[in-house]
Amino acid sequence: MEKKSVEILVGIFVLLGMLGVVFLALKAANLGTFSSGDTYALYAKFDNIGGLKVRAPVRSAGVTVGRVVSISLDPKTYQGVVHVEVERKVQFPSDSSARILTSGLLGDQYIGIEAGGEEKNFQPGDTIKQTQSAVVLESLISQFLFNKAADAGSAAPPAAAPSGAKK
Amino acid sequence: MSAVVARLGRTTIEVLRILGHHATFFVELIRACPAALRRPYLVVAQIHAIGNLSLVIILASGLAVGFVLALQMYYALVTYGAAESLGLIVNLSLTRELGPVVTALLFAGRAGTSLTAEIGLMKAGEQLAAMDMMAIDPKSRVLAPRFIGGIISMPILAVLFSTVGILGAYVVAVLLIGVDSGNFWSIMQAGVDVKRDIGNGIVKSVVFGFICTFVALYQGYEAEATPEGVAHGTTRTVVIASLGVLITDFVLTALMFSTP
Amino acid sequence: MATSMEEAAKAERSNPDALIEIDHVVFGYDRSRTILNDVSMTFGHRKVTAILGGSGCGKTTLLRLIGGVHPVDRGEVRFDGQVVDSRNAEQLFTLRRRLGMLFQFGALFTDLSVFENVAFPLREHTDLDETMIRDIVLMKLNAVGLRGAAKLRIAEISGGMARRVALARAVALDPELIMYDEPFAGLDPISMGVAANLIRTLNDSTGGTSIVVSHDVEECFSICDYAYLMSSQGKVVAHGKPAQLAASEDPEVRQFIRGEPDGPVRFHYPAPPLAEDFGVRA
Repeated sequence: MEKKSVEILVGIFVLLGMLGVVFLALKAANLGTFSSGDTYALYAKFDNIGGLKVRAPVRSAGVTVGRVVSISLDPKTYQGVVHVEVERKVQFPSDSSARILTSGLLGDQYIGIEAGGEEKNFQPGDTIKQTQSAVVLESLISQFLFNKAADAGSAAPPAAAPSGAKK
Repeated sequence: MSAVVARLGRTTIEVLRILGHHATFFVELIRACPAALRRPYLVVAQIHAIGNLSLVIILASGLAVGFVLALQMYYALVTYGAAESLGLIVNLSLTRELGPVVTALLFAGRAGTSLTAEIGLMKAGEQLAAMDMMAIDPKSRVLAPRFIGGIISMPILAVLFSTVGILGAYVVAVLLIGVDSGNFWSIMQAGVDVKRDIGNGIVKSVVFGFICTFVALYQGYEAEATPEGVAHGTTRTVVIASLGVLITDFVLTALMFSTP
Repeated sequence: MATSMEEAAKAERSNPDALIEIDHVVFGYDRSRTILNDVSMTFGHRKVTAILGGSGCGKTTLLRLIGGVHPVDRGEVRFDGQVVDSRNAEQLFTLRRRLGMLFQFGALFTDLSVFENVAFPLREHTDLDETMIRDIVLMKLNAVGLRGAAKLRIAEISGGMARRVALARAVALDPELIMYDEPFAGLDPISMGVAANLIRTLNDSTGGTSIVVSHDVEECFSICDYAYLMSSQGKVVAHGKPAQLAASEDPEVRQFIRGEPDGPVRFHYPAPPLAEDFGVRA
């Protein structure tokens, strides 16, 4: 094989490889959606973060505006502290609330921020005070059963002890 | 009883000797690399022989695997109403696992055996000894360029395998089955991380390139200088390289992907 | 050329006329078998010296030791007065630039053409530009009679032609010492004559020294100045000028020179008595 044609072919080969990487990075992954650096940090404390994972989205009105960066436990208050990065061009009033929601019925959990009414906005590094923890399935079921039992108990004669009541 | 122990001892010593021999060979190969890098055309010629000439089988296999993955995953996902996630599943399967591993196995079979046979026959024909007598180090002139060429070719081949696989899956999922095109890409993009999935996949393929090329060169160099010797050498290359890749894949996957 | 080399040699030499000296060398590839048992030889400047012997007597091993491929177990191998140390990479490098070796079946690089093969040592060891290299390669090929075959691929040439190309490659850098490993093996009579002629002419025209390892007595005697005969035990059985060896009365020498089937080297491989194997009562 001619020296020059070999070099050209190898050049094409390497170029194809690079194009493949670019394709995978842009079309097939989330490189193009967020550029880090144009974000600011916010913190939120929850009693129970449920199944929230790092890299989960932060949404407001359903639109993704940020990502969860890290989750840790506050050693003093025993609350879960979630560090999120929000796009710089999206500002939230300082009385906005954060909830942990589930996408779909049994899907991944994400943080939803509902804008409040204050004039002032959150500064980078602020902590969101109003939070609502994740809905834990077990508490939901036990609550449901307790309510059911309470209804049954009030309808039946008071002498009959409510059986199967769980608290 | 003592005969069994003696045999065990002999086998252990033999295994240790082989391990040491491998290590010495590896060190000499690495030491020969700088000299090879000063002659870039040698490396380029090897990338052509190893990488370019493997393109056909890699691309064809990638396409086929992409087709099959899309089909199989669709049947599994549609029962849970999750057919929209098809793109994501296919991408993760390819970039994390199938891309690097299947490419490595095909590489061992195609490029690995050709390297082993070439080196083995060169040794049998005294070509390497002739170079030695001409005061030319055969390791820098012949072995190192092939080693470097293999390590460079493998990640490129793996990336192309995954790319073609995803495109093939797109063809089957969107054009043939009718999964929504927008969802196919957007759910995939939301779920695949460049550093974690694609990056780790590339790291894996570099490691596999190391393994396959090293095994191929070693088996060729150490093969007996007879037709049977070379034949055995090529078989050993495929077996050892394939096993090495699969076991290393398990270790790497555990290291890279154990924390969600 | 040889005189200035003599002057340049720093170490003491026992024999100033010898380019290579093998001094009481003992060597074996592993502990179980000793190939060379206390072998001593000298190879004179500008002479063609032959090493004769049956297969497995260590002739090729001697060439490898001279080239520094293996370290000797005992004794010394000296090249131009300097002891050959196979562990000293630098010394080996300079040593090997001064010698050329013709391997038994050529050992040509099968992926290169005839021209590329001969050009190989020039390209690797010199900085000459392509026009100079082309001239030198064609001159060397012309010396072996294959200038017209320069463009051929190795797969296209015959065995005899391959040997000649390998010879052109071995002399590409005009080495002081050329070693031939079985240059006549497997060649037809014409090619053998050509090869023998080339060995002698090259040696004389370049003023170099040649060592020919072979078991072809006739061809060797026709071109060599001195010869050593080795036995399968790795010892030198006899040495001298061809005429001396041909006239020798030693039974081992006579058997080899004349090609007698039975003599000191037995025809029969050691076996139990005939009667035993065929069940015949003696």
